[in-house]
Formats: sequence, C-alpha cells, structure tokens
Amino acid sequence: MATLRPRGSDDLGLRRALSDRLLPLLVAAMVFLAALALAGVIAAASLARHWQGGAAALLTIQVPQPDRPIAAGQSRAAAVAALLESTPSVAARRLSAAELAGILRPWLGTDAGPLALDLPAVFEVRLLGGADPRRLGSRLAAAAPGTLVEQNSVWFDRLGVLARSLQASALLALLVVALVATAVVAVATRAGLAARRDAIEIVYGLGATDRLIAGHFARRVTLLVFTGALLGLSLAIPMLLGLATITAPFTPDLPTPAPFMNGTLLPALPPLLWALLPVLPVTASLIGWLTAQATVRFWLAGLP
Amino acid sequence: MVRLDDVGLRYGDGPYVLQDMNFDLAPGSFRWLLGASGAGKTSLLRLLTLAVRPTVGRLTILGVQVDTASRSDLPKLRRQIGTVFQDFRLLGHLSAFDNVALPLRLAGRPEGQVRADVAEMLRWVGLAGRIDAHPAQLSGGEQQRVAIARAVIGRPALLLADEPTGNLDDVQAARLMQLLAELNRLGTTVVVATHNEALVRRHPARALHLQDGRLREQAERQLA
Repeated sequence: MATLRPRGSDDLGLRRALSDRLLPLLVAAMVFLAALALAGVIAAASLARHWQGGAAALLTIQVPQPDRPIAAGQSRAAAVAALLESTPSVAARRLSAAELAGILRPWLGTDAGPLALDLPAVFEVRLLGGADPRRLGSRLAAAAPGTLVEQNSVWFDRLGVLARSLQASALLALLVVALVATAVVAVATRAGLAARRDAIEIVYGLGATDRLIAGHFARRVTLLVFTGALLGLSLAIPMLLGLATITAPFTPDLPTPAPFMNGTLLPALPPLLWALLPVLPVTASLIGWLTAQATVRFWLAGLP
Repeated sequence: MVRLDDVGLRYGDGPYVLQDMNFDLAPGSFRWLLGASGAGKTSLLRLLTLAVRPTVGRLTILGVQVDTASRSDLPKLRRQIGTVFQDFRLLGHLSAFDNVALPLRLAGRPEGQVRADVAEMLRWVGLAGRIDAHPAQLSGGEQQRVAIARAVIGRPALLLADEPTGNLDDVQAARLMQLLAELNRLGTTVVVATHNEALVRRHPARALHLQDGRLREQAERQLA
C-alpha cells in the first residue's frame, strides 16, 4: 500500500497547518457542553421514571357519608376498605382524622373546632403492576355508591410532558453541539487545506490518491479532536459531580452522594452516565475523522 | 504512448491557450519543446502532466484517454510520469532525501529499497552530502538537481522537463542531458521544454515548435 514517509511522519506539513491549540480547545468546549447535555438527558429520563412510578400510580378515593351503613350492617367506608384490602394489585391506606385536618388546615385554619360537616373517608391508594384504575372505580362504586376515585393522571401527564420536553431540549442541545463540532472541524480542515495547498498539489501531481491525502488529514484531525475531547471530559466530570451533590435531594433514586468524603466517586453519578461519558471522546473523534475525510475529498474533487 | 487529436485548452472562460494540437509521441522517443515565452509550452506540459484536462479534443497518454478518464484512474497514470518543474516544486518541510523518495513511497516500494535507491540517485546528482538538507538550505542549482532526481527515480515511462538546465552549470547540464539520453535509451519517452538553442544544437532531436498556442507548420523537424 502506498504511503509517504513511515507512519507518524508529518508528510504534508500538517503539524503547522492544523494547529494543536485552537482546534483541541474548541473541541474541549464542545465536549464539555455535550457532557452537560448528556447528563441532562439522563436526569430528565430519571425524573420521568420517578414521576411515573409515583404520581401516576397514586389514586385518591373519597367515600362520602363513610359511617352510613349499607347491606349487612357494614359502613360504606368499611365496605370500601374491605374491597381494597381484597384487591391484590393495590396498596391502600385510610387517612387518619389528623391527616384530614392537616389537609383542610389551609382553608379552615389551625383554630377551627370540630366541624358540623360530615367529612368523607379518604383512602390513599397506590396501584401496583397491572391494576386498572377504571375497573377498580366501577367496583368501588358498586360497593359504595357515590364513591369518588380521583386519579393523578392529569398531573402525571403534565409532568410527563415536562420531562419529555427536558429530554428533548437536552437531546437538541447534544445535536447542536455535534453540528457545531462538525462545523468547527470542517473550518479547521479547510484552513489546513488552504495552508498546505501547494504541498497537496505537488503530492497529488506525483500520484497520491484522494484516500492517501484525506487519510493524512483525518489522522491529524482525529488526534487533535481526541486530545481536545479528553480535556473537555476531564473538565466536565468534576462539574457533573458537583451538580450531582447539589441536586442529590431531588434525585432520590440515586445513592446518597458523599463522593468527596468517602473517597469513591462512582456512586455519585448514574451508572448510565458513567457508561456514556467515555463514548463522548470516541464520538467526537469519529465526527472529526468523518468530517475531515469528507472535507478533504470534496476539496480534492475540484482537482483534475 | 502520447497522442493528441484536435486538442484545445482554455482556462475558465479565457481565450484558448492551446488550439488544434495534433501529434503523437512513440514510446522511447525524445522531443524538444520549443517556442517563445507565452507560446503555450507550459500549458502543453500541464496537459501532459495531467495538471489540467483538455477543453476539447482527445488526449491519450500511456493508453489512458485522459479527457474521459475518471479521476480515480489518474493517480496510477501520474505515477508513470516524471516531471521536472521550472520552479522545482519541492516540499519545503521535507529533506532532499524525502523529496526524492516521494514517488517511490507513493508507488508502494519497500522502505529498504527506497533508502538504497534514493541514496544512489542523490549521489548521482552530486548531492550525497546534502541528503538531510531542506530546500531552503539548498542553492537553486541544488534544488533543481533534487527536482530532477525526484522526477527520474521512479523510472517513469514519460518524462517531462520544463527548462531543466536553467539553474545548472555547464557540467551539471551535460550530466543531466546524459541522464535524459540514458533514460530515453532505456525506453522512457522524454519531452524537454527549453529556450536554450545551444543546448538543442548540442543534442539534436526532433522538436515541437509552438507559436501562439498552435503547433507551427512543419514543426516537427530534425535538428542537426
């Protein structure tokens, strides 16, 4: 296979044409932003899962006139409680009088005495896997007519939209970063082509193929991009660890991070993020290689 | 070997710099390329070195129809053509050794053979002691010898030279002509553009006379 000088030699003078300062610094900034965006995607997904497992699975059941007896001398509240207890896919708990008073406190104040109103019995129900809230509502209505089932799906839908918006925004940010990185590499490669035009034309005239010339550029660009990406990643990780520490109270599904105290950093970030962060320099290098190849080959296509 | 049929060349929308070029060069032939400045010698050499393609007409070099060939067919053809440029066209960041080695490395020769052949060639052109020098450290004559060494080291089937003796003293010029004659004897087709009538008289051969971008009437004649 045709080569120029032995591997690693700067045959086209690219060390001067493609500076080892500007491109790596720009790529470092891109990878830093990409790492933050990636963390945003994963955090938004984690929030969505958390909300889905929480708000969406919660039902509030109100039983008006809870003490009124129904058939067999059982109260309406007791009938509902018995039905919920016998249903395998739900976990139910009746709110105590103190909890009800706490809920009403914003409207009635702390000094309110005993009420003349007949308050409904309130059950907090958590749906386990496979439970159908509509079917449960029908059964409850049959057991104690007038029972109200309030599902938190409206809130969940809103939270779901919010979570998906956050994810989409973060993904869009990743895409923009990738596009900007592509543009930066293309501009740098074009500058390198302009700077080494004479050398390229000489080597081309001696019989060098497009593949050979593009390969030289792509190797140099990939090295610079990879260097910059490692720099950007090494700056992003401390930032992400700091953010994880700050947001720990809002991410209950992650282990409690005390990364700087117990000496281990791994639990501080989601395992998926740890797995994907090393992919960033590889992806950046791939973008660099492909962009340099395409840019040089497009330029060479203008030669006879 | 080389055949031009009604070949014309223009750069962009400019006027034709070459018109109605019809001639052919047999394998192993030698031609002087003569004409005043602006007559079209350099443009004709650019056509033959595949630096440009003809605007009109058919150009065939070493069996490849250049005007219709795909770009991917041309690198292999270029490696069979040696060129000595008037302005040397050396790579400034490479040593004399690496400049001369370029055609061999592009042809995929083993590095051991490259080293031996390049050292021998540089010795032959009198630059054995300058193999590590870069073009900026060499005189004009030395640079020209490096350019000549680079053009001939791959034993090209077609050798094109634009004023190759322009920066050489008489001794070096005579040695160069001896080298060109030797390569020609071994089967290389040689075309040398020059203004040097004395050189042409000392080395009689057929000539292509260009005038205003055309081959002059009865231009191919035996100089004696």
